[in-house]
This record gives sequence, C-alpha cells and structure tokens, in this order.
Amino acid sequence: MSPILDIKNLYKSYGTTEILKDINVSIEPGDFLVLVGPSGCGKSTLLNCIAGLEPITGGSINIGGKDMTHVSPKDRDIAMVFQSYALYPTMTVAKNITFGMKVRGVDQATQDRKLAQVAQQLQIEPLLNRRPGQLSGGQRQRVAMGRALVRDPKLFLFDEPLSNLDAKLRVEMRTEIKSLHHNLGASMVYVTHDQIEAMTLATKIVVMKGGVIQQIGSPAEIYNRPANLFVADFMGSPAMNLIPAKAHRADEGTRIEITRKSGEPIVLTDTKNRDLPEDVILGVRPEDIADPDLRGAEAAQAAECLIDMVEPAGADTFAVMQLGGKHVTARLHAETTAKPGQPKRLSFDLGKVSYFAPETGLRLN
Amino acid sequence: MTDISMTSAQSQSQTGKIVLRWLLYIALGLFALFYLMPLFVMITTSLKSLDEIRTGDLIALPREVTFDAWRTAWSGACTGIQCEGVRPYFWNSILIAIPAVAISTLLGAMNGYVVAQWRFRGANIIFSLMLFGCFIPFQVVLLPMARTLGIMGIAGTIPGLIFVHVIYGLGFTTLFFRNYYVTIPAELTKAAKVDGAGFFRIFWSIFLPLSLPIIVVTVIWQFTQIWNDFLFGVSFSQAGTQPVTVALNNIVNSTTGVKEYNVDMAAAIIAALPTLFVYVVAGKYFIRGLTAGSVKG
Repeated sequence: MSPILDIKNLYKSYGTTEILKDINVSIEPGDFLVLVGPSGCGKSTLLNCIAGLEPITGGSINIGGKDMTHVSPKDRDIAMVFQSYALYPTMTVAKNITFGMKVRGVDQATQDRKLAQVAQQLQIEPLLNRRPGQLSGGQRQRVAMGRALVRDPKLFLFDEPLSNLDAKLRVEMRTEIKSLHHNLGASMVYVTHDQIEAMTLATKIVVMKGGVIQQIGSPAEIYNRPANLFVADFMGSPAMNLIPAKAHRADEGTRIEITRKSGEPIVLTDTKNRDLPEDVILGVRPEDIADPDLRGAEAAQAAECLIDMVEPAGADTFAVMQLGGKHVTARLHAETTAKPGQPKRLSFDLGKVSYFAPETGLRLN
Repeated sequence: MTDISMTSAQSQSQTGKIVLRWLLYIALGLFALFYLMPLFVMITTSLKSLDEIRTGDLIALPREVTFDAWRTAWSGACTGIQCEGVRPYFWNSILIAIPAVAISTLLGAMNGYVVAQWRFRGANIIFSLMLFGCFIPFQVVLLPMARTLGIMGIAGTIPGLIFVHVIYGLGFTTLFFRNYYVTIPAELTKAAKVDGAGFFRIFWSIFLPLSLPIIVVTVIWQFTQIWNDFLFGVSFSQAGTQPVTVALNNIVNSTTGVKEYNVDMAAAIIAALPTLFVYVVAGKYFIRGLTAGSVKG
C-alpha cells in the first residue's frame, strides 16, 4: 500500500532561522500519527506545512500519492481542526459546517444530506441553528470536528484540538476522537504537547525537539526504547528516572553501580546487556522500582533506599528518593508502608532498562 | 456606648458621602451649562429678528419666535455675488461626504484585512508608512495635491474632492481596521483557506460580517472629518462645487452692511446638523466599537 502522507527532506526556515530540519515521515492509510514535543519544537509549523498554510523551504510533501508540495490548501484534500476551533463567529453551526461545501459549489441537496449525517454522528443536531458564541467549549469542539468530517478528506489534521478544554472534557473528547478514528478508519495527523494524549491516541508517534525529529515509532517503542535522553525524559508521567551510574563487566552480565549520598552504593546486575561503557545513564521507569512483594523473584533485585517524600495519587503512591545525585521516583502500590525519612526495601526490575551515553545522550542498548 | 459611637461615625461618613455626591453633581451640572451656553445662544439668536438682536440681551429668550433667519440661511443668504443660501452647498457636502466615507471605509477595511491577516514581507513597513500619513498636516499636501488633481483632470470638481478625502482618510481607516482585525485569531483565516475560500471570499463572508462595530467607528470618524473639512474644501473647489463649510464662511464673511447674526447662526446650525445626526444615531456603537478590542476574550 502506498503511503497516504509522505514527507521527504522537509526544511522550513524564516529568514535565517531554521524551524524544521530534514523532516522525513510517512504514514500508511488508517494511521494515527501524533507529533509531540515541547512548545517551540516546530510541530505546529510542520502541521501547517502539511496543510499548505506555510510554504516550505525545501523537500517534498506527498498526500495520497500525489505531489502536493506547491498545491494550495484547498486542493490538498485535507481537513483541519484548530486549537481555538476557528469557527466563523457570525455564522450558525449549520452554516459553519456547510461553508466549505458552499464555497466549492456543492449542490444544496448534498449539503443538507451531509450536514444531517455529520450532525447525527456527533450528536449536535439541537445546536445547528445556534452561533458559536452560544456554545460551550466542548460543543464548539464538536462543531469544529463536524466541519472537518463533512469534507470526508484523505487526511485529517488536528492542531492541539483539546488543549482549550478542561481536564475532564479533554479525556472524554480524547476517547471520542479515538473511537472516531477507529470507526472511520481515516488517516490522521495530530499535534499535541501532551505526551499522554500522544500515547493514548497514536498508532505512530513523532517526537520532536528544536525542529529535529528525535524518534519515530509506535507508542510502545517510544515508551520502552526511547532513542535518547530527551525522549526518555519527555514521554511518560512521572518521567523516566535517569540515574548516572557505573557499569562494570562481570561474569553474569553487567554490574551496575549507583552511588548514594549516604551509605553504600546500590549494586544491580543486568544479565541481558553487555559491552557497556563505564559511564552510563541508567533509565528506569518509575513502575520498575516497586514494592518487593509485587514481583516474581527472578526479575526483582531488592535494595534498601531512604525515602525522602511520599506522594499518594489514589491508585498509586509515588515515593521520591535520592540516587546517584538525582531525584528518583518509584511507583508503589496505594497501601505501601513507605514513610518519608525512613528506609524502605524496593525492588528494581532491569528487564526494560535503558542505557544512555552521558556525553551524547544517545541510547546504548 | 461603643455601638452608639460607631453608628454615629457611620452616619457621619454617610452624610459626608451624600454631600460629596451632590457637590459632584452640581459641578458637573455647571460644566454642562457652560458647554451648552454657545448652543443656547446660537439657537435663540437664530430664532430672533434682527431688531430684537440689536435691542435685546444676548442670552435672553426670543420675545417673538421667527424662522425667517432659517429660511434665509437655507435658500436666500448671499455667498459673495450669489444669493441661494447654503442649500446647494449642503448638497455638495453630501455628494462629497457619502462616497468619500464609503470608499475610504471599504478600502481601509481591505487594507486592514491584508496588513493584519495576510502578512507579507514588508507589511509592517507599509503599515507604518500609512500610519505616518495620519500625522502629515493638511497644509503640507496642498500644493502636491493641487498638482495631482490638475494632472488627473479633476481639479475643482466634486470627484476631485472625494479623491482627496479618500486618500487622506486611508491612513486612519486602515489603522482602525487593522487594529480590529489583529484581535481576530489567524486560525480563522487558515480554517477558511482549508475550506477552500479565497482572499475576497474570506473578506466578504467572514471578516466584513464581524466588523459592524469598527465600521461604525470609522464611518463616524470619517464623516465628521470630511463634513467639517474647510481647508481642502476651500483649496480644491471652485464656484458651484464648494462644500457647506466654505459656504458658511462666505455667508458670514462676505456680507456687506448690517451683520445678520440670526442668519449666520441658523446657517452654522444647519451646517453642523448632519454630524450631530450621525453621532445620535450611531453614538452607542461608537463607544462599543472603541472598547470592542479590549473586551473581547
């Protein structure tokens, strides 16, 4: 199957400032691609380039097998949902949704049929005669989606569509977008700075920083095998623990030594990874540092740690401690016995551990 | 004991407040009277006969109300050698003001739309230059403008005056619309582009319907400017195309013999009525439009 979206060697600069550097991404029909990164990383600019709203400096953009690099937005067969919803304030909801068809000269009967269909799909029939100013945030969001859906495009583009909603509504709409994607089987590109949104929605994630792609992969790949320190730190909440450590070759594998402010260093044994340089940064997810009783004996390597702080979060309790000069978070179960200022025996699971080179930040294993 | 002293202190501050309030109202009332005085004198004088003006008190009410002065001012007063009142010039002013206001407002809206929403290289420089145009004194452009009008062959005509007012108004109208349109999120234009709308479609279907408050502000501003203009009117007109402000000046300054104050006053009021009318009709939108940018979330 040919890719629905294929971006090759895309460059974008304003004057002498390079915003996007050598972007290469392609997605298959039905993919849900999420562009994620901190603000200013160029993800929204990239989306605008895909939409044709920003001219690009170099490279090419193919949509649906056709070269769209220099085609105007209206002819790219795309629909876009914006952060501010960008509903036309003086038009009713119905007019907002049909505006695109009206501009394109679609006949009235088709307009009415498609409007009714989309309104039913999104359950916004009672709102059709209202104006955007009379709608709540969630309703506006639905109308904005309706305006995109009615186009039935090859590619949907979403520019941080949920970031103006309150937390509860955001989670609801997230689920709804996911089921919409599932039901339509449509191809989507979605920009967000929220890594949880990225993890939940995507079939493919692009992590960006400073206009450069850091890693492309499935949510599981990005989460379990981050390509560098930036991705490791950015994806996941609480963030991955990145602990400076020493690696020594041993018979059974690699011996990992983590210094502590007080007391002896923690020594762990990694049986899977060999040939590591001496100085490494150890990346361990908080859920891989847990109460010992929860683990099977084979994965667990227990060590006594001094707990600095305990943060109950309902389902879990997070314990914070100092290891290798860094704050390290462990994800314990809700009824844990951990208390601030007291030592607690914790088990470390190195099954999914990541190693990074301290100088380059790149993944070693 | 403490209760009583407290209530008395409270009532004391209460009376203090009331006294202050009344002092404020009296002061405001005096100011209003002061400002209304000239209008009062104008209206009463215009309703008096010449005899009464000569013998009576300036601020006294007319003993006998007569509209003769108004009739003369409208259709009989002499401006130099002609004696047709302000009527023909009043129509000239309308023929100048209405197209000039309409054209400058529409062009300003488009300029503002381009500068605010279709950013291009040098957009800021162009906007600054237009803004600069707002601050050029009228006198500076008189000679070049006279030359331009001559080359274009519209010197001394009503289209010529319309042209001058449109050019001179563009700086302001562009400024108004630009400042209004920059508050509208750029995503709106983007959404319309993705929907397939072009430059003019977006302007007509999305931006103009949003613009009522700022259109009202611009129309009031431009109408007042153009209607009240004297310098361009006197410089770029000839017999038959003079606006009402020039005619008013001629009536007042070119009479020989007895000065007909009542006619002068009536003519002045007639000349001022249209701007007054525009303020009364559209005034509430004026305030709304001026604050629209700040209130919008």
